[in-house]
Amino acid sequence: MLSLQQQETVHFFILLIYLTDVNMVAWTDFERETIQSIFGKIDEDVGPAAFSRCLVVYPWTQRYFGRFGNMGSAAAIQANPMVAAHGKVVLNGLQKAVKNLDNIKGTYTELSVLHSETLRVDPDNFRLLADCLTIVIAAKMGADFTAEVQAAFQKFLAVVVSSLCRQYY
Amino acid sequence: MSLSAKDKANVKAIWGKILPKSDDIGDQALSRMLVVYPQTKTYFSHFADLSPGSAQVRKHGDTIMNKIDECVNHMDNLGGFLSSLSEVHATKLRVDPANFKILAHCLLVVVAAYFPNEFTPEVHLSADKFLQQVALALSEKYR
Repeated sequence: MLSLQQQETVHFFILLIYLTDVNMVAWTDFERETIQSIFGKIDEDVGPAAFSRCLVVYPWTQRYFGRFGNMGSAAAIQANPMVAAHGKVVLNGLQKAVKNLDNIKGTYTELSVLHSETLRVDPDNFRLLADCLTIVIAAKMGADFTAEVQAAFQKFLAVVVSSLCRQYY
Repeated sequence: MSLSAKDKANVKAIWGKILPKSDDIGDQALSRMLVVYPQTKTYFSHFADLSPGSAQVRKHGDTIMNKIDECVNHMDNLGGFLSSLSEVHATKLRVDPANFKILAHCLLVVVAAYFPNEFTPEVHLSADKFLQQVALALSEKYR
């Protein structure tokens, strides 16, 4: 049987655990700097490039964009202005996460509900887009896209994808 | 998602660029996989040194790339060509097939870094399909 003091200590720690967000992501300095550096220097065309690549490489992802018009070929997709515009929207969404690295989950709460309830996007498609973005960044950075940089970048995208999936039920 | 004539042409074209640098590319792809997806290290506990660019990693990267090279020349019959290697993967190596996708992704990342202009979305599509077919053939004998 614990003493009153011991019980209070136990209660304190239980409260501490509840108050602490055990899902908080821990970023190393290297990861933080890498992610901020990549997104700080990113060209505007990266969003459209990654998004159009996803629609070409994984054509079933086109199912959500019936209103975008002509997506009948890789050339048509890459020339489609609505595709390009949406690529920019996606990139801006990612920039938001970069500015809120310590609370991506909270930053994306509404976006998650939107993708689950209104847009009804299969979450696996987020991973496909993330892979295409990684490849676009690799193409831009060449040798600078080292294994460690890739690991940091993909960790960021994994957190983004996980936060987007959070409100699905 | 079988390979069209266009896919095969795209794969042969990009492989033509990859081949002269396949030692470096293979080494980089495998090293990268071990760093970015540390769980894949579990299959290499018999390697003394798993650090990027180590001799054993490099050699294994070569092995893989040489085999993929042969696959490029057997795209019409990957199942038949990889039959015995599939047996090895099924009975001895027992690599979870999810890892083939991981290695394929790492290889494509390295290819994109080396050949940003040639690795267009269409080429990416064909290469991804090709590696998926290789993975399928490799896991054919699993069950």
